[in-house]
Amino acid sequence: MADLLLDVQHLSKAYQHNQILKDISFQVHKGEVVALLGRSGSGKSTLIRTLNGLEPFQGGTLAFAGTPIDPTPATWLALRQRIGMVFQSYDLFPNLTVLENVLLAPVKVAKRPRADAEPEARTLLTDVGLADFADRYPRQLSGGQKQRVAIVRALAMHPEMMLFDEVTASLDPEMVRGVLDMMTALAQREMTMIVVTHEMGFARQVADRVLFLDDGVITVDTPAEAFFTAPPTDSAKAFLASMNY
Amino acid sequence: MAHSGISILFEGQNFHRLLAGFGVTLRVAVIVLLIGGALGVVLGALRTLNRRWLQVLLRGYLEVFRIVPTVVLLFVVYYIVPQAFGLNLSGEAVAIVTFALWTAAEMSDIVRGALIAVPRHQLEAAEALGLDRTQQFRYVLLPQALPIALPGTINLATRIIKTTSLLLMISVMDIVNVGQTLVEANAHKHPAFAFWVYGTMFVMYYVLCAPLSWWAKHTEKKRLEVANG
Amino acid sequence: MDWSVIQSSLPQFAAAFWLTLWLSAVGIAGALVVGIAASLTQFFRLPGLHQLATGYIDVARNTPLLVQLFFIYYGLPGLGIKLSATASGLIGLVFLGGSYMAEAFTSGYNAIGRGQLESGAALGLTNGQLARYVVIPQGLAAAVPALAANVIFLIKETSIFTVIAIPELTNTALDLIGLYYRSSEYLFTLVVAYAIILIPLSWGLTTLERRVRYGTFGH
Repeated sequence: MADLLLDVQHLSKAYQHNQILKDISFQVHKGEVVALLGRSGSGKSTLIRTLNGLEPFQGGTLAFAGTPIDPTPATWLALRQRIGMVFQSYDLFPNLTVLENVLLAPVKVAKRPRADAEPEARTLLTDVGLADFADRYPRQLSGGQKQRVAIVRALAMHPEMMLFDEVTASLDPEMVRGVLDMMTALAQREMTMIVVTHEMGFARQVADRVLFLDDGVITVDTPAEAFFTAPPTDSAKAFLASMNY
Repeated sequence: MAHSGISILFEGQNFHRLLAGFGVTLRVAVIVLLIGGALGVVLGALRTLNRRWLQVLLRGYLEVFRIVPTVVLLFVVYYIVPQAFGLNLSGEAVAIVTFALWTAAEMSDIVRGALIAVPRHQLEAAEALGLDRTQQFRYVLLPQALPIALPGTINLATRIIKTTSLLLMISVMDIVNVGQTLVEANAHKHPAFAFWVYGTMFVMYYVLCAPLSWWAKHTEKKRLEVANG
Repeated sequence: MDWSVIQSSLPQFAAAFWLTLWLSAVGIAGALVVGIAASLTQFFRLPGLHQLATGYIDVARNTPLLVQLFFIYYGLPGLGIKLSATASGLIGLVFLGGSYMAEAFTSGYNAIGRGQLESGAALGLTNGQLARYVVIPQGLAAAVPALAANVIFLIKETSIFTVIAIPELTNTALDLIGLYYRSSEYLFTLVVAYAIILIPLSWGLTTLERRVRYGTFGH
């Protein structure tokens, strides 16, 4: 088994007497692709946001690359340079060009010289067919293009793990493929990924493992192929049926 | 010293006179809001019609009132109306006319903004359901435009109240003028008296305007919550 | 209308014109400084200071400038604080204007989506970096229309300085009317003087709004 990268033990989170995550435990190893599935409201988005310090949690422990995470702002600030995250709403900075969006964190946060970071950023953009858009503003891009830039922006920090939170959910159907292809290519290059998605075909094709969340509890943790060929619980079965899968 | 000043505020009829001045201020503000507001609703509705000359005319009206300070407008009406029309208006009437025309200009912009903020397809959908023009207005346009116009209208009310402080300049016995008279009668003996009179005035305006501003903020927040789900 | 009356009053109006511009410029500059400071204490929720800023904005916005000026110029001497008319006028204008500018900046910052802050945080940006690269550039651009409206508003408010006898435009016109009883001529000149300041300025500010929008968001 490859090295352990993320270790989550007994994680719990409540919001105003509402238990959103209950005793969540799972591990992610280097190079593994984990699909986080569940109905809307099951807590999967909250869980993935907790893994990047965007949501506080009350109980349990997190460890990344063998080091326990004490959840202070300073710790998360440092960790976010090693964990990339992409959101449903892309959230490119509208006041910066595509290239500046990609370069902001490498230059300002990682303090890399621009002369070194810029060629790399341009290469990354070229790889996803966006070389000509480097000097445009986000407003001039389609949703699919914006989301590909958002992924490039996260990759430019050389993260050890990527979190994807429903990144295709607000895209027009014809835009979805390009983004999924990009994520598939990443998975093939052994990027460690946790993916919240509603694209069942994609999850089956790319994921090594499926975590199925039901009302804040992980009820299934199984290899992806097994999850889709023989859903182990009634709830998972009903879920796949509701996704027309 | 400061103490002797405040006691004079409550001597004889002083405080009572100040309150009476405040009454004049309020009366003017309410009349202006009613007349100017009603006129503004009509003008605002007219500005949504597709008549080029009407749009230019009403836009021009708004711009004049936006460019010229209200004090100046007040004196224009104060000096010019008696000359041009041979009318002898009281100071209060002059103020009401001026402020109402200004209020109508501002109100027309609020109303127009609210009406055009309701998407066209809302009305088309209503029309497709067979609602007539009056029903479209009553059941679709009005309920959606009202919450949009409300915060701006409440804020306009606070602006009208603050603008009434200008009444002093054309010798209407509003709160500021009464206060000034009281100060002139007593300040030579008690210099701190002026502090208390103008302080009281300050507080009275605040007490009147602040709750309205809070209400406007609250309605705006609620509207945005509804609009953004 | 007698043009010779207007002509002979032009020197007085010219002096008043420049005084109005000077008072406006100083007052607006001061208001911007106060407004930025107050809005930043609110955005970063600086303990103590942000409640103070909120209270100040509430008081300044809910009282008329005329009463503020009376209080400063006629009321404060009762406590032994004597200020010149010009100082009183400028303090009043900055006091009032600072609260309007603060609200403009704050609403600009608030226009920035939560996602912008989160994706910035996810990239490892510190609060200071977020403020510098995301919040302030976007907030400023979003605030420009409101800031421009405030500039026009504050220039018009200098007309109220007439009550404490600062010889700006309105005061000069009213003085001349009192002396010579030629109200049409002097009021006409007064309106023209304000138009000369405010019409080009409002066009200029509209162009600026477009420029800033384009420079910031590229459309």
